[in-house]
Amino acid sequence: MKVIIDNKEIIANEGETVLEAAKRAGLKIPTLCHHPRLSNYGGCRVCVVEVGGMNRLITSCTTPVSDGMVVTTDSPKIRETRKTLLELILSDHPNDCMTCDKTGECALQDLAYEYGANVKENPYDGAMRQYPTEDKNQFIIRDFSKCILCAKCTRVCDEVRAVGAIDIMKRGFYAKVATSFDGVLDCEFCGNCVDVCPVGSLTEKLAKGKGRTWETGKVDTICGYCGVGCGITLHIKDNTVIKVTPTEKESVNNGALCVKGKFAYDFINNKDRLTRPLIKKDDKFVEASWDEAIDYTVKRLKEIKEKYGSNSIGGLSSARCTNEENYIFQKFIRAGIGTNNVDHCARY
Amino acid sequence: MDEVEKTDLIFVIGSNTTEAHPVAALGLKKAVRYNGTKLIVADPRRIDLCRFADLHLGHRPATDVALINGILKVIIDEDLINKEFINERTEGFEDVRNLLSRFTIDEAERITGVPKEKIVKAARMYAGAKNALIYYTMGITQHSNGTGNVLSLANLVLATGKIGREGSGLNPLRGQNNVQGACDAGAISEYYPGYQKVNDEKNREKFERLWGAKLSEKIGLTATEMTEAADAEKIKAMYVMGENPLISDPDINHTRAAFSKIEFLVVQDIFMSETAELAHVILPASCFAEKDGTFTNTERRVQRVRKAVEPPGEAMEDWQIIMKISNAFGCKMEYEHPSQIMDELALSMPQCAGISFDRLNGLGIQWPCPDKAHPGTRTLHKERFTRGKGLFKPVEYIPPRELPDKEYPFTLTTGRMLTHYHTGTMTRRSAGTNEHVKEGYVEISPEDANRLNIKNGEKIRVSSRRGQIDIKAKVTTMVSPGIVFIPFHFKEAAANVLTSRELDPIAKIPELKSCAVKIEKK
Repeated sequence: MKVIIDNKEIIANEGETVLEAAKRAGLKIPTLCHHPRLSNYGGCRVCVVEVGGMNRLITSCTTPVSDGMVVTTDSPKIRETRKTLLELILSDHPNDCMTCDKTGECALQDLAYEYGANVKENPYDGAMRQYPTEDKNQFIIRDFSKCILCAKCTRVCDEVRAVGAIDIMKRGFYAKVATSFDGVLDCEFCGNCVDVCPVGSLTEKLAKGKGRTWETGKVDTICGYCGVGCGITLHIKDNTVIKVTPTEKESVNNGALCVKGKFAYDFINNKDRLTRPLIKKDDKFVEASWDEAIDYTVKRLKEIKEKYGSNSIGGLSSARCTNEENYIFQKFIRAGIGTNNVDHCARY
Repeated sequence: MDEVEKTDLIFVIGSNTTEAHPVAALGLKKAVRYNGTKLIVADPRRIDLCRFADLHLGHRPATDVALINGILKVIIDEDLINKEFINERTEGFEDVRNLLSRFTIDEAERITGVPKEKIVKAARMYAGAKNALIYYTMGITQHSNGTGNVLSLANLVLATGKIGREGSGLNPLRGQNNVQGACDAGAISEYYPGYQKVNDEKNREKFERLWGAKLSEKIGLTATEMTEAADAEKIKAMYVMGENPLISDPDINHTRAAFSKIEFLVVQDIFMSETAELAHVILPASCFAEKDGTFTNTERRVQRVRKAVEPPGEAMEDWQIIMKISNAFGCKMEYEHPSQIMDELALSMPQCAGISFDRLNGLGIQWPCPDKAHPGTRTLHKERFTRGKGLFKPVEYIPPRELPDKEYPFTLTTGRMLTHYHTGTMTRRSAGTNEHVKEGYVEISPEDANRLNIKNGEKIRVSSRRGQIDIKAKVTTMVSPGIVFIPFHFKEAAANVLTSRELDPIAKIPELKSCAVKIEKK
């Protein structure tokens, strides 16, 4: 079917929403609660657009396209409405961007800037939500006063993870994302809720204060835990991995990770890392240079090969290492040492 | 893994998918919840995935062959087999039919403890589904009859023709990031890269030419056999890279004794592991974030690993260390970047001939990928199996080597839990995960705990014929009476002190999933 969005004729698919059709056509409509992998919600209303023949603005994320539909995504009326919506959200949102970990990657901050929302003089009086921050677990800090009730976290927890650890309780001003009986968070700690949170309501404990998004380098790689091979992005500052997020590029994991892939990365900078070669002398390990360690190793391997033959030597390669490392390891054992005694832990 | 969206039934056996492969499990859960896909879970424990299952078969540990044969028996008796597939694509079906003619469903019930109505239901569900996927992991393979377990599953798949097309098949989920790649690249005793047998003269000549060296014609020792050979003082030196057999081996008291006898042990690792403590030389290596290269995931997908940070101190990337040693030893290696190693790897194994670093962006490439223009292969065995026709192999149930008795009345099974990974070298040195689950535990049923007057959280003693550990009791309905479970990540209460070294005679995989233990109050 044909629709016209911002004077552009677009071939839209049956069942597609206005937001999806516009996005496919390369048009940008702002939103806080929409996520392509989650059900359509229509909670934040920021994606409102004008549709020809309709008096009021409609939310593009929940409105299916229809043949011949004429849509406008930007006009003074739309801009004014979005600005008001943002100011309403900000009227009950702590104005503490300077210390918030989300600064620089906060969708609310970006839109407030883009629409020139009046933050300095809050135009809306009234009570603000006061909640203590909940961080009794090791991974996730939950600051409910910053929550904009977009329900991305509750939807990802239910629709993607099938865990359902959280949901929205109560109504209106008292609405709050909560666990059952509003207790502390006790779940699988996959961290997917943090990954989809558009604001600073859910942040990572391990990454707190470690660096802003514009200070970090980002490297796409593959998770080092199980055999699923999830695509991850490592966030780097000062030669340190300060955070891990699921890659935004095409990947086998489609934006999901587990507790290990997401949060078990700081072993990389653990103080117990081995940093120098060690040689055992009189039952104690003594630091050595690389040359000493290699020379000694090769000398001993040669002696043993000479004395007992190649088959008295074995090599255990590693399922943790790369294909390239495994390849040259077995090559060394086979072509160098001269034995097929090379294996790894595939069996346990 | 996305094939799970295109199947009608999923049969998970011996895989605690939501804990060991959490992200793969998302697809299973989604299919069940949103596509109406049926799910059968066969596991001695009531694992989390059971919440989503239409049917849970809680068979006793190490009775998998009896369970699968029972299912296949029903399928044959009720004539639910796929005759066309059996005739065109397989051979040896009559052998299986003959064997099963002597087997009854009552026997299956007696051995497995699964009511026969459930076995019948599973058979009808599996055979009745248009497409069905089977997922398994170490719960199937880590038995003295692990090969038999896999073969019985293969029989089930062949008899019903549920393989070789999208949405059907038999899928092992690989437990470690690059266990697939390590096997592919030839880090196994009987194969050169690409599963080319070392005792085949043509293969040997090919690799002698490629590597410019004389190669041994003798099949090498597997990891488990090397430990035995070290104990017998036949292995005098070992080079261990990034492995920790002193926690992951079965019967680790024995492994310790065996490794202590090694005249020269060099360990290349990122931490002072339990194995490294016994070494004569330790070489500081690098982790996944500190190097370039590739990992191959469980669906044979070769993906690019990218260096993000420098290794600490003087630690080096593993490929550079191996090269240094090899060159000093006189086996010349001149690679400036891992991409050059991949180019050589591509020359050595036809399955990866078309793979090079410049092609590995985004989702990578699934091998077989025979040439540079080939997009890779999603589904294997489409028109034919590797050997031509799919071969049925009749498998009889063999009880595990060590059964519970008067002195050791419990069956211990081991495995992973969600928060930790393998020997804990990484997750127990990461602040969040280590703090979240600090110590090991033994799962015991409320019935047994009650009988022995054991409280949840109480430290108890678990012993086998090989050793004993003190560990916290976790009273839970996850396990049935008579069965206990211990995750093997925790060195302070290492499950593998208790496990047995019995090996599957073909795969040489140890029987880690079943041994006899006793439980005492401290």
